[in-house]
Amino acid sequence: MTVQAFLDEFTAFAADGGREPAWLLPVRRAAIERFRELGFPTTHNEDWHFTSAAPIAEAAFVPLSGGGDVRAADLEPFTFGDASWTQLVFVNGRYAPDLSSVAGLPGRVRVASLADALREGVPAVRERLTSLASSDHGAFVALNTALFVDGAFVHVPANVVVAHPIHLLFIADADAAAGASHPRTLIVADHHAQATIVESYVAIGDPLYFMNPVTEVVLGDGAQVTHLRVQRESERAFHVGTSQAHQARDSRYSSFSFATGAALSRTNIYTVLAGAGGEATLNGLYMADGSQHVDHQTRIEHIAPNCTSHEVYKGVLDGAAHGVFNGKVYVHPEAQKTDGKQTNNNLLLSPDAHVDTKPQLEIFADDVKCTHGATVGQLDEIALFYLRSRGLAADDAKTLLTYAFAADVVQRIDEPSVRQALETLARERFVGAATAGVG
Amino acid sequence: MLEITDLHAGIGDREILKGISLSVSAGEVHAIMGPNGSGKSTLAQVLAGHPGYEVTSGTATYDGEDLLALPPEERAQKGIFLAFQYPVEIPGVTNAYFLRAAFNEIRKSKGLEEMDPMEFRDLVEERLRLVDMDPDMLTRAVNAGFSGGEKKRNEILQMAVLGPRLAILDETDSGLDIDALRVVAHGVNSLRRPDNATIVVTHYQRLLNYIVPDRVHVLAGGRIVKSGGKDLALELEARGYDWLVEAAPAGVAGAGV
Repeated sequence: MTVQAFLDEFTAFAADGGREPAWLLPVRRAAIERFRELGFPTTHNEDWHFTSAAPIAEAAFVPLSGGGDVRAADLEPFTFGDASWTQLVFVNGRYAPDLSSVAGLPGRVRVASLADALREGVPAVRERLTSLASSDHGAFVALNTALFVDGAFVHVPANVVVAHPIHLLFIADADAAAGASHPRTLIVADHHAQATIVESYVAIGDPLYFMNPVTEVVLGDGAQVTHLRVQRESERAFHVGTSQAHQARDSRYSSFSFATGAALSRTNIYTVLAGAGGEATLNGLYMADGSQHVDHQTRIEHIAPNCTSHEVYKGVLDGAAHGVFNGKVYVHPEAQKTDGKQTNNNLLLSPDAHVDTKPQLEIFADDVKCTHGATVGQLDEIALFYLRSRGLAADDAKTLLTYAFAADVVQRIDEPSVRQALETLARERFVGAATAGVG
Repeated sequence: MLEITDLHAGIGDREILKGISLSVSAGEVHAIMGPNGSGKSTLAQVLAGHPGYEVTSGTATYDGEDLLALPPEERAQKGIFLAFQYPVEIPGVTNAYFLRAAFNEIRKSKGLEEMDPMEFRDLVEERLRLVDMDPDMLTRAVNAGFSGGEKKRNEILQMAVLGPRLAILDETDSGLDIDALRVVAHGVNSLRRPDNATIVVTHYQRLLNYIVPDRVHVLAGGRIVKSGGKDLALELEARGYDWLVEAAPAGVAGAGV
């Protein structure tokens, strides 16, 4: 889809935007202007050096506007836990209240569609929406800001602990074909609030579409948010997702990105440690095969002193898949006593798979403890022989060792039902897939 | 049970085994001794099917079948077990999972159903006692962070659970203190039956005080230079290997393999 097509879409969209609060339109106009200036990124752009957005820029998409034929039973493979979970379901970009369940939340906790929250004029939305993910984040966030139609709004008031995870499930089906969707999600955890939010992007069948979600996460003083992101898009889909958190003092943000789907995916996970004593954990696992391209960019910005950040990303690449990891840790001059650790380990199962990994530390404070490292390797031949010498077939031995490599990072997820579900997905990801070139 | 005839094997251009012939019958314990670099471990690994070694000539049959034609997993399924000199660490896979997967693979190859998990747990707990291991070991990742002695015991635990017909112990005694050595030897002895056989590869005689061999073979320079009864081990302990190695053809030198 050309830039011009999106500009035209905005013109039509703005003309029809009567149901939105008046403050939003200028924000959208500024964003589409920014998108016009930037255009789609090219590989000359440093952050897009290893990932070409051309397949998205050159495709012809129409605005995705709901439809779809998704029944409650269709959701079963994508849900976690039990009926006690709050779940918002979006089918082809539109909120599906019949498939959603918002019962049983503690008082004053709000989980709603963003479109509903905007119409109601919820103050937290007005205050926070677009405050974190701005046009500084580049063309895709600008495009999302200009064109988002719906998404989720989660507000956990001060001192409230939400016991069960909240699942935001974005599902595409055959009706998503040739569509582009820009879901926008805002998560606000006021001071000392606690919640676990799972954001899933999944598909039924293999439609080709473009999903461009943006999520903003606001953590007040002492707030604790676990934010798990599950990307299992259709194998023909394009996914460019951005998540930006902002952490006040003593807050804890724990992010996990699990990415196995889409033909081309780019996931940006960003957080800012803006108040002293904050803690950020950014973990992730990507598993790709065939001709999939899976890119993760992370950025941890240490602005305040005495903050800690930990990051472990693992990648497993088979077939002719291409993985990209670019992890940035910025330590500002005021951020003394920063403790940062970043690791990226990759396992290549095939001679045609490859990965570009670039952990980056930029430190402007002098009293910090920061380490980073990256590895790229193959399955250990001796370990394979060991397993085979105990009776495991060569393929089973490879699958088991691959799973063991991946499981290590999945096991860091605290929420048991999600951990178990992702362990199963990781175990089954390459079963039956070609693992040529090993052994 | 095992018939090796004029076996030559090596890595790349380097020949390590230079014509080994050995016959092991059911119910027997054979000890293979020899100095470092003599090819003891290579022989053990070749028998288990290590893909890093190439067999250049000679034959090895197991129950009359061409052993060398089988991939490692089929050798294991047919009852061959190698206790590794350096057991491999596998982070992310628990001992319990690994034991059960291996056990059921071997059952499956015989056309048997998987064992009921509860029944299997009982079996493992009984075998744990045999090697004096803590049940906590089951929930730990395979050999990951284990001490040297724990790894060796874990090998014998696997052997005890899988119940091989031909067990090959590759320097299982190295690095063990005397108590651990006794435990390991007790485990091996308890598993002896008239229809299975054991090959004990060792540098030292002391393990053979506990696992008493029927035959002792001295390997040097990739060949068996002397065979005898259990007294040969005592003689080696007293006299060392030099008197045999000097009598052997050239080509003994070479790093430990």
